[in-house]
Amino acid sequence: MRNLLSLLLVAFSSLALAQEVAPDVLVKGITTEVINIIKQDKDIQAGNPRKIADLVEKRILPHFSFARMTRIAVAVNWRRATPEQQKVLTEEFKTLLVRTYSNALSLYRDQAIDFKPLRMKPDDTEITVKSEIRQKGAQPVTLDYEMEKTPTGWKVFDVKVSGVSLITNYREDFAAQVRESGIDGLIKVLVSKNRGARPEKS
Amino acid sequence: MTVLRGIGRLGAAALLAGLLSACATTGGGSARDPLEPLNRAIFGFNEKFDEVLMKPVAQGYRAVLPEMVRTGVTNFFSNIEDVWIAANNLLQGKPESALQDVMRVAINTVIGLGGLIDVASDAGLEKHNEDFGQTLGRWGIGSGPYIVLPVLGPSTLRDGIGLLGVDNAVEPVWNLDHIPTRNTLYAGRAVNYRANALDAVRLMDEAALDKYRFVRDAHLQRRRSLIYDGDPPREREPENSSSALPTPPFSALSTLGLAAAETPANETVVPQSDVNLPIADPVAAGEPRGFPQSLH
Repeated sequence: MRNLLSLLLVAFSSLALAQEVAPDVLVKGITTEVINIIKQDKDIQAGNPRKIADLVEKRILPHFSFARMTRIAVAVNWRRATPEQQKVLTEEFKTLLVRTYSNALSLYRDQAIDFKPLRMKPDDTEITVKSEIRQKGAQPVTLDYEMEKTPTGWKVFDVKVSGVSLITNYREDFAAQVRESGIDGLIKVLVSKNRGARPEKS
Repeated sequence: MTVLRGIGRLGAAALLAGLLSACATTGGGSARDPLEPLNRAIFGFNEKFDEVLMKPVAQGYRAVLPEMVRTGVTNFFSNIEDVWIAANNLLQGKPESALQDVMRVAINTVIGLGGLIDVASDAGLEKHNEDFGQTLGRWGIGSGPYIVLPVLGPSTLRDGIGLLGVDNAVEPVWNLDHIPTRNTLYAGRAVNYRANALDAVRLMDEAALDKYRFVRDAHLQRRRSLIYDGDPPREREPENSSSALPTPPFSALSTLGLAAAETPANETVVPQSDVNLPIADPVAAGEPRGFPQSLH
């Protein structure tokens, strides 16, 4: 009886381990899911902001680590910010990133996305999932996801488009804003950017 | 005529080099951008130029021509570029890539109707992105300060010399002797290029707090990535930043201030400079790939 119990326990724990989704499987799954939604939804293709925001909110945001992203972008000034400032910074940066990401999504047409094989050791806690967007008549656009292992699964903490990290790209800009008008100054610029910027049609 | 053009080009490159080595270090701002005030002025001009001329023309071009035609135009110029890309791959010690490029040109020219259709990509021969600035980078020459070129846009001292001094000199379109044809091709290429970038620029406008800095840093990141063919060595996390930066190695162009510009000299003064990543050359930061060390 005792044996059976421990056997069951082992079986359960290994089942739990197996359920922890590998990072590349996770990204691939979300990508496929999101693409299928976009392909079927004419409103999203036309750039309907409400629907895109909904899609991003439900399917993508849970897999992003915005706290880490903000820490990377704010860099040395992070430690100088009060907990309250850190909270506002994270919230505002998240808003900015989500809007940029949403706009990028509405540009998606029917490009094929390839995932490269993942090289990963079992004890890795950070990993890069690499993918490529193929497009006609041009070099493929690489899309790399930097991911970290957290208690609630793998989370994206940086996205690199054609080798340009969206997160580190804010570092010097943020540092300069802080130098000019302090951390509150940076917050103010972020807030006004988030309130003021309206998607312009081109 | 050709000689005259050659002299003009060399002169421009030399002027650029002289001007920049003269003011390699100034305080404040980004260590990679000592010429920020000048660059910002040129950036402002370029933005205006884009707003009143390039963007509207590109929008019209995109509205009038069907996508198939525009892809054909892109492919045509891309096919011409591939010849020089092959040469650069060879110079960088990557003969397999160079061979691929040559095959791309052959296939696209013959089967792809003079380059209008990119048959090679469909056949699995991927397009590469190379230029002489990247070749110099692969050879271990640092990027030098960031420079915004009038009309042409973001560049660096190294890449500017590569572009104006070498890329242009060997470029088939530039070397056409029939000037109206040359100018038409130039204009067509510029408009097509701008049209392809319409969406990306709009995204950037929305993402940036300060567009000048955003464009600059994205450009520098992109160039670094290109030099490593999309696989640059991992950079330090800024969260646990240390101020130790690798010292740039001696390079043949150190007299031009190229190597010196790699080290943020005013590191202690500028608080955020430990966040600045060394735009170090590949050989210093990682292992040289494919290029013999002995040639340094």
